[in-house]
Amino acid sequence: MTLKSLILILMSGVLVNNYVLQRFLGICPFLGVSKKFQQASGMGIAVTFVMLCATAVTWPIQTYLLERFNLGYLQTIVFILVIAALVQFVELVLKKVLPSLHRSLGVYLPLITTNCAVLGVTINNITDGYNFLESMVSSLGVGLGFLLAMVLFAGVRSKIDNTAPPKCLQGLPVTLIAASIVSLSFYGFASVVENLLK
Amino acid sequence: MKNNKLSILLRGIILENPVLVLVLGTCPTLAQTTSVIGAVGMGIAATLVLILSNAVISALRNLIPDTVRIPCYIVIIATFVTVVQLLMHAYLPALYEMLGVYLALIVVNCIILGRAEMFARKNGVLDSALDGLGMGLGFLLALFIMATVREVLGAGTFAGIALPFFKTYHIPILNQAPGGFLVFGILIAVMNKIKEKDGGVKRKSFSCEGCPSAAHCKKVSCSEMSEFHAPMAKEENENDA
Repeated sequence: MTLKSLILILMSGVLVNNYVLQRFLGICPFLGVSKKFQQASGMGIAVTFVMLCATAVTWPIQTYLLERFNLGYLQTIVFILVIAALVQFVELVLKKVLPSLHRSLGVYLPLITTNCAVLGVTINNITDGYNFLESMVSSLGVGLGFLLAMVLFAGVRSKIDNTAPPKCLQGLPVTLIAASIVSLSFYGFASVVENLLK
Repeated sequence: MKNNKLSILLRGIILENPVLVLVLGTCPTLAQTTSVIGAVGMGIAATLVLILSNAVISALRNLIPDTVRIPCYIVIIATFVTVVQLLMHAYLPALYEMLGVYLALIVVNCIILGRAEMFARKNGVLDSALDGLGMGLGFLLALFIMATVREVLGAGTFAGIALPFFKTYHIPILNQAPGGFLVFGILIAVMNKIKEKDGGVKRKSFSCEGCPSAAHCKKVSCSEMSEFHAPMAKEENENDA
């Protein structure tokens, strides 16, 4: 494990395997909360934060509890409960310790419990066989990728608002087609990251 | 009475199709529709979980305290997802590999939590199971249509069998991530157009009540989400006025 491989994991999470635009995880908040720049960045930061916390908790649980006692089949149940409890806990702690941060992120936190990107990244870290440090870096990359996609798409949507598509395309369909074009732009990153480090 | 049961079943398939009308469960719809086989596998897995979790949640609806109902639902749903995961791993390993992480992610599929919250906790066991079956079939149908479009046009095959004309002139991008968004957008637009022509059938506004985080979400963006269906919502408002 070198610094190089860590950078590779980080960049692949942000650009190549962008969870929203390439792997279709976390589409609900991507479509729902991307209307204004401020909300989009708030949601993106909150998701990154929760992903890091969730990975820090679920990786040790998987390695030292579930695998040790041959309880691997409980992974899905345990992870979703841990994430749900963690989100509540993080909200309480933030409220007490950092009220200013809670004011800006607080409203987004409960929304994240059922965000499939968070559960997805914790499970994927285990499936990919990452160690603890690699898992944390991967979660950071995925979170930043989510933030990037949200912020970019918020910009695109503010342009859509000024257009007048045919009636049957109004609302969701035109938003999805715009998402398709944004996704196409990320498609160009596919081989960039490998070549960066050569 | 019999008619009533039938309408519960049919409602999920067309009128309240969870994917095309209620716009729930978008993640698996986009991710698992590159091949027809994967889409059908995903649809069947989700249908099984929906029927079983709806039935159990309905049976326990008087025992589960209201304040902690969401965690309880999640545990019930996660249990059935694990059952389906283990069964599929044992008997259909190839499909298990194909669905990958998305199989575990059925837990957070909003269709299932949504039906628990909107239907199963207010209705009897049989009705809830029927509702689960109808919604599951609707999900399966939407996935099947989308996968057919994407696989035939994108890869030139149908369920793995090569089609003569399409194989020569396939459009690979439709089978990649951008194509998923594009086909889904067009499919919903077509659905809108059909409904517009019918005139009679009104689209339901974004079903926030079904979402477990609706209470918090409303503070942030629910009012904005409902703008997805701006033209229809306006009609409703006019009628109200």
